[in-house]
Amino acid sequence: MEFFFQIVITGLSLGFLYALAALGFVMIFKSSSVLNFAHGGLMAIGAFLFLVLSAWARLPIWLAFLLTLIGSFSLGFIIERFFLRPLIGEALIEVIMLTLGLFYMIKGLLLFIFGGDLYSYPDFLPPVLTFHWGGIEVTGVYVATFIIGLIFLGLFGFFFKYSSQGIYMRSVADNQPAAMALGVHVRRVFALSWAIAALVAAMSGIVLGIINGINVHEVSDIGLKVFPVVILGGLDSIGGAVLGGIIIGLLETFTGGYISTGLREVIPYIALIIILLIKPYGLFGLVEIERV
Amino acid sequence: MENNLLLQINNISVVYSDVIQILKAVSMDVRKSQIVSLLGSNGAGKTTTLKAISGLLKPENGKVTEGTIDYGGHNVQNSAPETITRLGIIQVMEGRQAFKYLTVEENLRVGTATRWGKPYKKDLEMVYHYFAPLVARKSSLAGYCSGGELQMLVIGRALMAQPRLLLLDEPSLGLAPLLVKEIFEIIKRINEEQGTTLMLVEQNANMALQIAHFGYVMENGKIVLEGDAKDLRENPDVKEFYLGVAASGTIKSYKDVKAYKRRKRWL
Ligand SMILES: Nc1ncnc2c1ncn2[C@@H]1O[C@H](COP(=O)(O)OP(=O)(O)OP(=O)(O)O)[C@@H](O)[C@H]1O
Ligand SMILES: [Mg+2]
Repeated sequence: MEFFFQIVITGLSLGFLYALAALGFVMIFKSSSVLNFAHGGLMAIGAFLFLVLSAWARLPIWLAFLLTLIGSFSLGFIIERFFLRPLIGEALIEVIMLTLGLFYMIKGLLLFIFGGDLYSYPDFLPPVLTFHWGGIEVTGVYVATFIIGLIFLGLFGFFFKYSSQGIYMRSVADNQPAAMALGVHVRRVFALSWAIAALVAAMSGIVLGIINGINVHEVSDIGLKVFPVVILGGLDSIGGAVLGGIIIGLLETFTGGYISTGLREVIPYIALIIILLIKPYGLFGLVEIERV
Repeated sequence: MENNLLLQINNISVVYSDVIQILKAVSMDVRKSQIVSLLGSNGAGKTTTLKAISGLLKPENGKVTEGTIDYGGHNVQNSAPETITRLGIIQVMEGRQAFKYLTVEENLRVGTATRWGKPYKKDLEMVYHYFAPLVARKSSLAGYCSGGELQMLVIGRALMAQPRLLLLDEPSLGLAPLLVKEIFEIIKRINEEQGTTLMLVEQNANMALQIAHFGYVMENGKIVLEGDAKDLRENPDVKEFYLGVAASGTIKSYKDVKAYKRRKRWL
């Protein structure tokens, strides 16, 4: 029973990590229908920026975190402005090739600077985070992941549901010409969704680094994990991304805990294929509202 | 520019995809606080005219190639919709384009995009005051609203932008006659009470000419007739082609031929 709880809790925090990673991916797809294959690259940039600022420049953790987020946000803006915007209106395949190109460029650059070594962040998690309950012990990293995930998913949920900018962003995803007719600045919305996506990607990169340590290959490849998550959740559903993340997280830890650790890495993709066969639009993809 | 003119369209031509010319030398005047109606059959170019004014031609690869659109001293032809909307021109597109996955109130809030960050509570109240049926649907998804509710929603949403010039594209399309009457009455009240200038594109000429001050008739991308709404209502051609009143009694085949000839003269 204790083992079971431990697995549930680690699964949930892993799920929140995936949900955060998928959130940024879904945002870009929702607002501008771009499949961003560079997402793992953005995660890696965030993770390494935080490493440089916290471990090498020895800034206080909160400052390093804040600067990483600001840096990634700006980077998202820049990528949209200089790489994506010239391609507005071009064929989907060109945009996909561009994001793939970006991915390999980022990965190559990071490999050039950091090599393939495993780095770890300074140990900044307060020991109180480690959680004891009966015989269960959940280490601080998972508790921290859980808390960070909960806070930021809540913040983003709030932003999209209630803030005016969030509502404008959803209106563009919903009906772009109508949004344009009301004066919503569509290009600005694209730029903002890239900026926010880069920010959440960085955050999930950092969280991943806290759990596993960081390595260029590992962080950027975990960007691939967003595919099972978003396909499970539906490419265009933010709520689905969160649920999809949690389901994949639990699936992984349960497989790892009860079946075999070897299978653990594969199971999300097996789930992906099965789901694609049964429900091609994802479990939580938007059901087209027919009545109008 | 005469100082009670809000909008002056001077001899514009509109071309889609660089080759398909739709509007040819169209000129129109819109006076402040008036309702101007633009009538015409399918494919005449009414929507294209509205899009030329609101800047929405651009995303469709359309362009004003000749002439000018003068709006309160600004030349707005071929400007971006972000710019034009911020000058106070808002177009309500045909087909009731609501944001299906947003609630009714969220839809209304998108109307504040041109003045982000400013208070909007009063405007919400104003919209709910004109369109009372929306109050009950506030928090349901627009995708599940009825056609009448959607029409109210999209007009109300445009009002949230506090427009000076509101462009309405076929608000009566596909609505029950009673509902059409109700919506036209509200449009008239908005014009009278808020002083909003309106350009109303309609195939329902009867209703449109009842609330409009001035009217234009368009055929094949040209203005073929213009005049005070009350004169247009009495005009025999308009009566026959747009008000569905035959000049005398039943329509015989001979008359149809004659009608065809008369129609030709307009082109
Ligand atoms: N994006 C476009 N590219 C090419 N041609 C277009 C485009 N949009 C409209 N047209 C053409 O322009 C002509 C006028 O269209 P428009 O939509 O302005 O007519 P309308 O008067 O609004 O008609 P309706 O009453 O049916 O709405 C039509 O022949 C249409 O096929
Ligand atoms: Mg039309």
